[in-house]
Amino acid sequence: MGDNQFRTGDGAPTAVELIGITKRFPGVVANRDINLRVRAGTIHSLVGENGAGKSTLMKTLYGMHRPDEGTIAINGEVVVLRSPTDAIGKGIGMVHQHFMLADNLSVTENIIIGAEPMRRGRIDYAEAKRRLTELKAAYGIELDLDEIVEHLGVGERQRVEILKVLFRGARILILDEPTAVLVPAEVDELFANLRHLVDEGVTVLFISHKLDEVLAISDEITVIRGGTTVATVAPDEVDRRALGELMVGSELPAPDTQESTITDHVELSVRGVSARESDSDPRLVVSDVSFDIRRGEIVGIAGVEGNGQFELVEAILGLRPLATGSVQLGGRDLESLSVSDRRNGGVGYIPFDRHREGLLLASPLWENMILGHDASHRFSRGPWIKSHHAQDECDVAIKRFGVMTPGNGAPAFALSGGNQQKLIAGREMMSEPTLLIAAHPTRGVDIGAQAAIWDELRAARSAGLAMLLISADLEELIGLSDTLLVMFRGEITAQLDPSDATPQQLGSYMAGERQGASAP
Amino acid sequence: MSSAATRPRIDWGGVAISVASPIVALAIAMGLTSVLMLISGLEPSVAFNTVATRMQESTAWIDAAQQAVPLYISAIAVAIGFKMNLFNIGVEGQYRVAMLTTVAVGTSVDLPAPLHVLLCLAVAMVTGAAWAAIPALLKVHRGVSEVISTIMMNYIATGVLAFLFSEVFAQREVGDLNPKSKILPTSAWMPNIIEEGLHNLTGFIVVAALLGVAYYLLVWKSRFGFQLRASGANPTAAKTAGINPRSMILRAMLLSGAVAGLVGMPQLLGDKHAYSSDLQLGLGFSGIAVALLGRNSPIGIAFAALTFGFLDSAARFLDLEQIPKEIVTIMQGILVLAVVVVYEVARRMKQQRTQERSSRVLEFASPEAANA
Repeated sequence: MGDNQFRTGDGAPTAVELIGITKRFPGVVANRDINLRVRAGTIHSLVGENGAGKSTLMKTLYGMHRPDEGTIAINGEVVVLRSPTDAIGKGIGMVHQHFMLADNLSVTENIIIGAEPMRRGRIDYAEAKRRLTELKAAYGIELDLDEIVEHLGVGERQRVEILKVLFRGARILILDEPTAVLVPAEVDELFANLRHLVDEGVTVLFISHKLDEVLAISDEITVIRGGTTVATVAPDEVDRRALGELMVGSELPAPDTQESTITDHVELSVRGVSARESDSDPRLVVSDVSFDIRRGEIVGIAGVEGNGQFELVEAILGLRPLATGSVQLGGRDLESLSVSDRRNGGVGYIPFDRHREGLLLASPLWENMILGHDASHRFSRGPWIKSHHAQDECDVAIKRFGVMTPGNGAPAFALSGGNQQKLIAGREMMSEPTLLIAAHPTRGVDIGAQAAIWDELRAARSAGLAMLLISADLEELIGLSDTLLVMFRGEITAQLDPSDATPQQLGSYMAGERQGASAP
Repeated sequence: MSSAATRPRIDWGGVAISVASPIVALAIAMGLTSVLMLISGLEPSVAFNTVATRMQESTAWIDAAQQAVPLYISAIAVAIGFKMNLFNIGVEGQYRVAMLTTVAVGTSVDLPAPLHVLLCLAVAMVTGAAWAAIPALLKVHRGVSEVISTIMMNYIATGVLAFLFSEVFAQREVGDLNPKSKILPTSAWMPNIIEEGLHNLTGFIVVAALLGVAYYLLVWKSRFGFQLRASGANPTAAKTAGINPRSMILRAMLLSGAVAGLVGMPQLLGDKHAYSSDLQLGLGFSGIAVALLGRNSPIGIAFAALTFGFLDSAARFLDLEQIPKEIVTIMQGILVLAVVVVYEVARRMKQQRTQERSSRVLEFASPEAANA
């Protein structure tokens, strides 16, 4: 393994140097002994799993909290950053994953807000425009300064955010998961913009867990694992797999499904399903999707987030009306059935966003165990909740799925994201569904627990579970699925056999390439 | 991976925060009220002494309980909505409309005593629910905020009731300055369970107690209650879990309205026995304050209602000491404000404690800690 091999600089001046940074939170060490050296005028990526400590580190660098140990040096000068204002003063700017823009204001207004050039007590828009036009030209950023932000696409909004930090004089840009919200074409534009910025001497710190993108854009890559930096490598020294192994610290666990358990019995049949954005917005977000899932089969859906996967799941669950088509479960048409009829009829759901869709954060774990299953005889008799049974069931889930918690009475917010995910996986698996819709079932979960969840999924599959798997983790998709579908702009654009699909191939379909005449 | 399925020990610090917060709120309210009295040239010690002396008399507590009963019912009605983030400000209108329909039905039938009372209660609940159904339907089908529509329904209630009362129900007699409707037959009167001179406590205290028990069982022990609380805590997750938000809004609002219908009954069946122009109004609004003070818990609301009831009944004794009784209303208002602030601080403190406690527990259980 190439652990702890740090490349030393080759003469270029250092923009950012972190030495021995340690940050503790009550009960956890989020960062320990972080060492990071970023050369000026380069794109330096920081990769690591969810929860590895990337965000904590970037918050330290942006002055959002102070480290307990260690020093930060900017352009060779040791600094103490007490607030983001301090960081901006030192030329550090951060582009957050979630944009912070006022929809009803223009691009110019959004950019200058809080840093308005003034003239005789009034905002000097002319001066603002002049400076922004200069910045745009210098860094090759295309943006209509007078447009209202509401009318901008996601990629343009991101450019507004970037211009916003440049306007404040930033020469070191931190981008936190900037591609998570972008479609492939927008990713290309962003990368072109970043290249241009670097050519002009700006330094970019790029945080991501998408290895392909990191390999494509970076000059150097630092891997962070378990709260500490484990290696700094150049993209030409490693491939995707080697980088992945540095991230997880061992051979990637391969989620192999082994022998097929597919039966002839079709559990879920989706036929020509389309769905609209909303009642008032008739654009199709799911367009003429058809597939079957048989008992004992896992059908995986690959795709960049936001290409209709979420809406398709909503349509199957009954949360979104169908514009066309039909959904059948076990041979029964679901059209007239409510969400609760479907869930009680054997549809389990591990949601995309556990906080929004899956948990009551202030409620105890045992109550979270009931959510979505309160009609089950396991949790209620007639109109009454059997709270003791629910607590016992919760204890079983805690044990079986290794949820780290002080007990079943702890509120859900007290658990880490990975443990919340394990509880949800346990809740849905233990209800013994006939169809499980699993969206990112192991997102944010540590490697050991990930393997345990995979084992549970495989066992349930052999027992006859039909499963729809949606995941951003291509290894997981390829390893678990019996059939792989690719979704792009609401349509199924490719169908592959996972036994001979490669991540590269999947990637190009996900980026919008259509499967040719050679389709199976 | 250790088996972490042990039950957490009771967090006494957390319990202490829970117990201390209403006391702190009360202390803040008393302090600020004292300041106000000093500014107005009044002697706070006189006021508090009067109240303290009053507390030692048993009749004071009979009066307080008698005053607390409608407040308790009103607060329960509000709390049902609060449990799913529905703000039923329309309790005021709901109970007043219910009083009039109850008088209309109650004076036109002839039944034996317990049945007559039960019929009146049923009519009141149905009317309250029906009046609440309008904002509920508007919210479910048209997305109209219940805050706006219930307030508007209060105004409509005031207008409609004034019209119906003066044009249809009032029995005018020459020289009567205080018109009232036909009087309910004695079979519809709620008997007293305590009588001491001028002070009395009607059987409605039993109704209120039963209501409290029913509220507890429904909200914390039933599936409906679980769905209600889930919808309040995280509407998206509740919807994903198959809980129909429209049906929950409708059911919660109707239930709240039905309970609200009972708010006027202690006055009507236990005191005035007729719809009159001198009814005690504002109970629906006080109920919001009492529900806040009592944190939507059946026991908490009981203490809160008793506190408000006691302050209300002590007010006229303050008048005797030349202290304007409005000071009580001011103190109630400050109390509610103090409660909102103090409870939020307490909630954050408890959340912080929980987080620290659980990460402490996990530090010993986690494999990383074992390696470190």
